[in-house]
Amino acid sequence: MKCRRCRAPAIIELRRHNAGFCAECFVHHCREQVRRAIDEFEMIAPGERVLVAVSGGKDSLGLWHLLRTLDIDADGLYVGLGIGEYSDRSAEFARRFARDHGWPLHEIDLPGEFGFDVPDGSRAAKRAPCSACGLSKRHLFDDAARTRGYDALATGHNLDDEAAVLFGNVLRWETGYLGRQHPVLPATDGFVRKVKPLIRLGERELAAYCVVQGIDYIVEECPMALGNRHLGYKEALNAIEERSPGSKAAFVFGFFERVHEHFASETADERAALVPCRECGAPTPGDVCAFCRLQARATGRTIPVRVVEHAETA
Amino acid sequence: MKVVLRNPKRELDVAAPPNVDELLRRLDVVPESVLVIRNDELVTRDARLHDDDVVEIRPVVSGGANP
Repeated sequence: MKCRRCRAPAIIELRRHNAGFCAECFVHHCREQVRRAIDEFEMIAPGERVLVAVSGGKDSLGLWHLLRTLDIDADGLYVGLGIGEYSDRSAEFARRFARDHGWPLHEIDLPGEFGFDVPDGSRAAKRAPCSACGLSKRHLFDDAARTRGYDALATGHNLDDEAAVLFGNVLRWETGYLGRQHPVLPATDGFVRKVKPLIRLGERELAAYCVVQGIDYIVEECPMALGNRHLGYKEALNAIEERSPGSKAAFVFGFFERVHEHFASETADERAALVPCRECGAPTPGDVCAFCRLQARATGRTIPVRVVEHAETA
Repeated sequence: MKVVLRNPKRELDVAAPPNVDELLRRLDVVPESVLVIRNDELVTRDARLHDDDVVEIRPVVSGGANP
């Protein structure tokens, strides 16, 4: 197979694009796709500071590298989740990458700073581990981006992640989640803008980008994620993609272009109704945010009951 | 040839099939879910294989809630 751009021998075939690329042209393709996503969805304006959620995996390290090579001022944030040896190893990959490139990496340690880890949180709240993990990461990344003065928070969600999440949301007609599923969530009170610059790249492209660029990432899967529903959706979608290349991109971008707006107003109403959590100040629909409730359950801490004083009636 | 599989990491010694596509078919691996790295270089599905090759089949699907 030959490279579509320069006719040199190809190192990767992208059936969705009906193309093969050599290493140099493949890097050009990845940069072009990220730049196009940023411009198309107005993710990041010139001069803005971006915080990248970094896990030590291919997507987040690839994202950080791509943003930096596109001259975007991007720093990293790693959250230690206390998932045993896996967390220790993923932290090593994130730290080594940051050190080798001389790029700033912030760190937050969930057990050290909040007194519980993901397995604790999962058990105490009777939630699936990925649910407790996702909830904790969203809270800590949002909070760090806001308090440390960044303009946007960038996450490594790629085309395959979005296709799998969309598939799950459609299967259950989760209209609230469908309204929130978009490459950009605008800033509101208490939230910085959240952006997904990898939306036009599949996870196979991200893994290949890391191999080509010599980015050493953790290949092992998180032990808590094995067998989860999300992986089952990806397996099903990859089987469809194998028979019909381009299906995942058509599914995701068709949703953004033609369907998302039908659910977006519900989400906008939800976000407008948020109030500060009385424990930590993060935006929440209730009195105490989900992260503070999770932490209280996992650590056995009691959240004081709020006393509401009513004015005496005459 | 030697085939390196991941998650968990293990190695197989197999007779080289004619190309990567045939290797993936024999191992019942969906090509969309992996990268194939032959002697430290990425290769496409039509790449020819030889008995002295070392081929890593690296999964690319991650299942956790991404950050």
